[in-house]
Amino acid sequence: MRRVYVGYKAYLRYAGVIHIVAYPSLFISARITRTRPLFLSQEIPGQGPFPAGIDGKFSLTSEKPQLLPVLKFILNNEDVGTTLPPGMPLLDFIRYHQHLTGTKTGCNEGDCGACTILAGELLHGVLTYRSFTSCLMPLGNAHGKHIVTIEGINMLPALNTIQQAMVDNAATQCGFCTPGFVMSLAGFCLSRQAPTPENAVTAVDGNICRCTGYKSIERAAAAVAAQLVGRNNEEPAQFAAAHQLLPAYFSGIKERLKRLLLSLNGELTPPSGTTPRFMGGGTDLYVQQPEEIQEQPLRFLFGQEMLKGITREDNRCVVGAACTVNDLLASPIMRTYFPALESYVSLISSTPIRNMATIAGNFINASPIGDLTIFFLALDATIELSDGTTTRTLPLRELYKGYKQLDKRPEEYMTRCWFDLPDASTGFHFEKVSKRTHLDIASVNTAICITMKGNLIGTVRISAGGVGPVPALLTDTAAFLIGKAPSGAVIKVACAIAQSEVTPISDARGTAVYKRLLLEQLIKAHFITLFPSLQVELLL
Amino acid sequence: MKNIDSNTHVSGTSVYLDDVPVINGTLFGAAFGSPVAHGTIRELMLEEALQIPGVVRIFTAADIPGQNEIGGIIKDEPLLADHHVHFCGMPVAFVVAHTREAARAAVKKIRVKIDPLPVITDPREAQAKGELIIPPRTFTLGDIDNAWRQCTHIFEGSVDINGQEHLYIETQGAYVIPQENNSLRIYSSTQGPTAVQRAVTSVIGLPMHRFEVIVTRLGGGFGGKEDQANTWAALCSLAAWLLKKPVKYALHRMEDMAMTGKRHPYAADFKIGLNDDYKIIAYEASFFQNAGAAADLSTAVLARTLFHCTNSYFIPNVKATGWSCRTNLPPNTAFRGFGGPQGMYVIEAAIAKAAQALQMDAAVIQKKNLIHTGQEFPYGQIAKSEALTCWEKAEALYNPDDLRKVVNSFNAANKLYKKGIAFMPVCFGISFTNTMMNNARSLVHIYSDGSVGISTGAVEMGQGVNTKILQVAAQTFAIAPERIKLNHTSTYTIANTSPSAASATADLNGKATLMACTTILERLKHVAADGLQAAPEDISIVNEQVLVKGTPSTWDWLQLITAAFRLRVNLSEHAHYRTPEIHFDEVKEKGHPFAYHVYGTAILEVTVDCLRGTYTVDTVQVVHDFGNSMNTDIDRGQIEGGIVQGIGWMTMEEVIYDRDGRLRSNALSTYKVPDIYSVPKTIAIDALQTNDDNLAIFRSKAVGEPPLMYGIGAWFALSNAIRAFHPNADIPFSTPMTPEKVLMALYSKTNQETNQHHEETISHLGIDL
Repeated sequence: MRRVYVGYKAYLRYAGVIHIVAYPSLFISARITRTRPLFLSQEIPGQGPFPAGIDGKFSLTSEKPQLLPVLKFILNNEDVGTTLPPGMPLLDFIRYHQHLTGTKTGCNEGDCGACTILAGELLHGVLTYRSFTSCLMPLGNAHGKHIVTIEGINMLPALNTIQQAMVDNAATQCGFCTPGFVMSLAGFCLSRQAPTPENAVTAVDGNICRCTGYKSIERAAAAVAAQLVGRNNEEPAQFAAAHQLLPAYFSGIKERLKRLLLSLNGELTPPSGTTPRFMGGGTDLYVQQPEEIQEQPLRFLFGQEMLKGITREDNRCVVGAACTVNDLLASPIMRTYFPALESYVSLISSTPIRNMATIAGNFINASPIGDLTIFFLALDATIELSDGTTTRTLPLRELYKGYKQLDKRPEEYMTRCWFDLPDASTGFHFEKVSKRTHLDIASVNTAICITMKGNLIGTVRISAGGVGPVPALLTDTAAFLIGKAPSGAVIKVACAIAQSEVTPISDARGTAVYKRLLLEQLIKAHFITLFPSLQVELLL
Repeated sequence: MKNIDSNTHVSGTSVYLDDVPVINGTLFGAAFGSPVAHGTIRELMLEEALQIPGVVRIFTAADIPGQNEIGGIIKDEPLLADHHVHFCGMPVAFVVAHTREAARAAVKKIRVKIDPLPVITDPREAQAKGELIIPPRTFTLGDIDNAWRQCTHIFEGSVDINGQEHLYIETQGAYVIPQENNSLRIYSSTQGPTAVQRAVTSVIGLPMHRFEVIVTRLGGGFGGKEDQANTWAALCSLAAWLLKKPVKYALHRMEDMAMTGKRHPYAADFKIGLNDDYKIIAYEASFFQNAGAAADLSTAVLARTLFHCTNSYFIPNVKATGWSCRTNLPPNTAFRGFGGPQGMYVIEAAIAKAAQALQMDAAVIQKKNLIHTGQEFPYGQIAKSEALTCWEKAEALYNPDDLRKVVNSFNAANKLYKKGIAFMPVCFGISFTNTMMNNARSLVHIYSDGSVGISTGAVEMGQGVNTKILQVAAQTFAIAPERIKLNHTSTYTIANTSPSAASATADLNGKATLMACTTILERLKHVAADGLQAAPEDISIVNEQVLVKGTPSTWDWLQLITAAFRLRVNLSEHAHYRTPEIHFDEVKEKGHPFAYHVYGTAILEVTVDCLRGTYTVDTVQVVHDFGNSMNTDIDRGQIEGGIVQGIGWMTMEEVIYDRDGRLRSNALSTYKVPDIYSVPKTIAIDALQTNDDNLAIFRSKAVGEPPLMYGIGAWFALSNAIRAFHPNADIPFSTPMTPEKVLMALYSKTNQETNQHHEETISHLGIDL
């Protein structure tokens, strides 16, 4: 415990100063946690990871008075606490322990959205709701939040506005995916997004329906957006409660969450004497190792204030490790320096996954086709790792030593990363092609960051994913390009050099021969996008 | 009228298999599937798995008290592998434990030693080696051998059609609860309650009346739960029977994808001959169906391929032969369209090949050859055709000539993007091709308070069949829909049901309901006639009011029912419907197998990104033969959903097995179905309203399967767009047209050159991993 505490002091030395000022209460509660390890359920003799049995009885308060409930949150309109393993997927807790069966199990990997729930939390004093796929969400990440399932937005026997829109537009057939769509649209109603049909559709971009063909759902989404037009700057939850979009209890959640946060004993801590695994958004861990995670001691990094924030320091942008994809998208700094960011981000997973997936998770997962990894490789980002006592930095490009091999010890976790913001003579572009344009993993992805010196290429970095065992920079290609004017002939030679730098394999995302061709095409796409005066014919 | 399940669906209160409240003492199952595709089991090691805390017992073939056999049409499918395994994922053992987690953990600890045998994944290889499910079948019309002489233009080609994963969002599952008197109550997520009942009967070895199969609804089926729900129900029943405990198994998505069959992949060869006037004179096709390791429904699927081998066209000389080829893949099964789509793709490919060689628009050939009323299908039925009417209405409504001009000028102006369009006519026969199956029953009760309960053999899976049945009763009795409730489907209420399939469920069960309601109504009219001193034929009911010669009486529905009840009139009826007129002679391969056909024409427009190989489907514009739709909300939903599912099959949905027969596209992360952004920006649907008498319920033609095949047009529109970029592109007739295939075609050098190397590695059944 002591060691971890020192670790937190180490955070504060470099990054947390601002956070101490802004969020003293969180910091204080974190300190309290250090002296009172509360994660006890795995220490109960004779109890396995599922002490209550999958469909067994579950007590909202601990059976034994001396065992304080570890996890506390508001589930719909009820305060709940549980000593169940914090690595259990929230979906299982909801369905099999709370018997709230409206939330459906579809794919167990965040790819269908049938299990979509909302998580509301106070961020900087503002009540913020986001949609999550509960199959990939550890119970531990519900701590201190308002978790909303379909049951929590029901106003039966009446239908709420969202539900009525779905019925009116015949947007439900077999009905199995429907609660997920309704929840995603509820998340849209509780967000601060402009009430446009396009934004309503974006809210359901992580929901798969196999029956309707989506056209009726598009119509329902537009109808829901139309209901929000009069909201203006009113707080979404208040507006939703006042206009019967959602049940009235939503208007009291903000105050309840404040009280809940005051009552919490800080963050969840892993049992003493264990070497915990680090858990961010969980979006990849629950796909890769769903069973293992549930039984392991975990340290929850998701939403940790000291690991969040996107700030500018001189010409450098500092991004907290626990920033999610949608945090990046919401950042005014990122939007200013990457005007096409929204179009790039729309190619990355889906709304609920973008709400959960962290930048550190994407880097450390070490997937050869991690979208953010490719994005930040081209920016030559530097990452910072901490083991709780000491920190070190290394360029992102040096993190990967081989397929899923990292220059990182198990006790180290990423704290933040930074990169130089592009200047006026620097162009940046990201390309990704997958079998399905959205909500899919890349066949090949690549980013370019190119700084011109007059008409010539000054510096250039081209990252490429899906064409080798690690996400990589095409250094030979870049070396060739430096000092040259971008032209059809130069780009074609660059493409040929790129071929010598990659070793794609055939898999479900495409054959090796395809990936080679695709990489060339995407390099051409970079230049065609960044240099509109290029004669396209010369490249085709 | 909206789907009657709408309110419970949107509020999350609809009950699916995994939502059935679990009773105390329930055990949880998990199947251990074979890790290899073909081999002899030498040793099955269960000791380590039995050590997992919570494991109760592990069942193998040796535990089966009845027959180790669940095959439907052909008895060739063991429930649990005994000595041989025939496909990867074939159930070998069934673990039962106190928790789901323990059962799954135990499955991972099971070890098996299997002596490998040669693995066949390619249907052509299976056919060459004589690995056939049944002998080949051939449909013929005219005189094919002499017809070629009349042809000016003859073209040949080969086709490789991939399968399709159903991807119902609710996975397969069953929950079995022992009852007194050696009976089992079986909750199953099945389209075929009777099929489940028969499978359990076979495995347990007791009569069918011991097994009550209950289905409330499915979270999607699409054919995947027609026969393939049997395995899980039989496994749970076996365990529940032997342990005398409730046993539940809701499959994990990856188990479901790895262990269940899909839409059949087909290889095919075609030869097409046209005369000077571009009339198709002769057509010969050989279909090599990849049936998988057991028959399942493959023989019936193959039959439907032959029935639909000429799609909407009249061809005077036809020879179509189908081989159902046994391979070491999971048994492939029913999927919306049931073999029809594969047959249609091949004739469309043949026409496209001819059009390309003749440097003309395929639509000219398509339109010229549409079947007319009075012309004969290759199986002998005489067409009552709406094909040309649909086509011409589509031309009148959607101005394809203007569309062509827009596309041409877009293509001239754009270097990086090209558009393509294609017509896709559809003609689909409605009825089970196995005539025996075209029957259904409905049980209608009017309770003494005037409320109505209806039970049929139909299974609701989102297609709205229960809504339509409710409409039938509401309209017949002239009462408010709120008075009527549709009950869950149960083999104790309705026996010997055909599965909910073949687009025919609303017709069959609706007609049976109509008969039952009409019979009760006649009795009620007599009651009213006696009470109101009128003749029965003068009695009618309108808006719950009893009318005498059209004039409102003092009686309403409730008084009528009260009077009938007091007079001890039977307020219940169990009606049986069998489709009239249909017949088929499987020796001659001739007959009149379909109650009617559904026609339609779609015009599809796509845009290809010629730099990246990605694409969008911009518009699908349809004229569809609804007959006289009894529920436009439901029918529109079926069409939109069918089109998108068909486009998914033709574009992004790629089932990938490796050479060892292992499924590589085994999760939603590797198998992609359409999402909200990938669907056509516009789907326009116009109803061809026909009021001719037909055998559809209330003349509202079946709508479940036919629209899927409009999606086939997406493949041809994409191929036209590619040719706008590269006129000599090498585009093999290989589905789906993934962004990979588009890019490879866009940059193919000349015919055969680029794609030869490509084909070696991309074959769906042997990707080099």
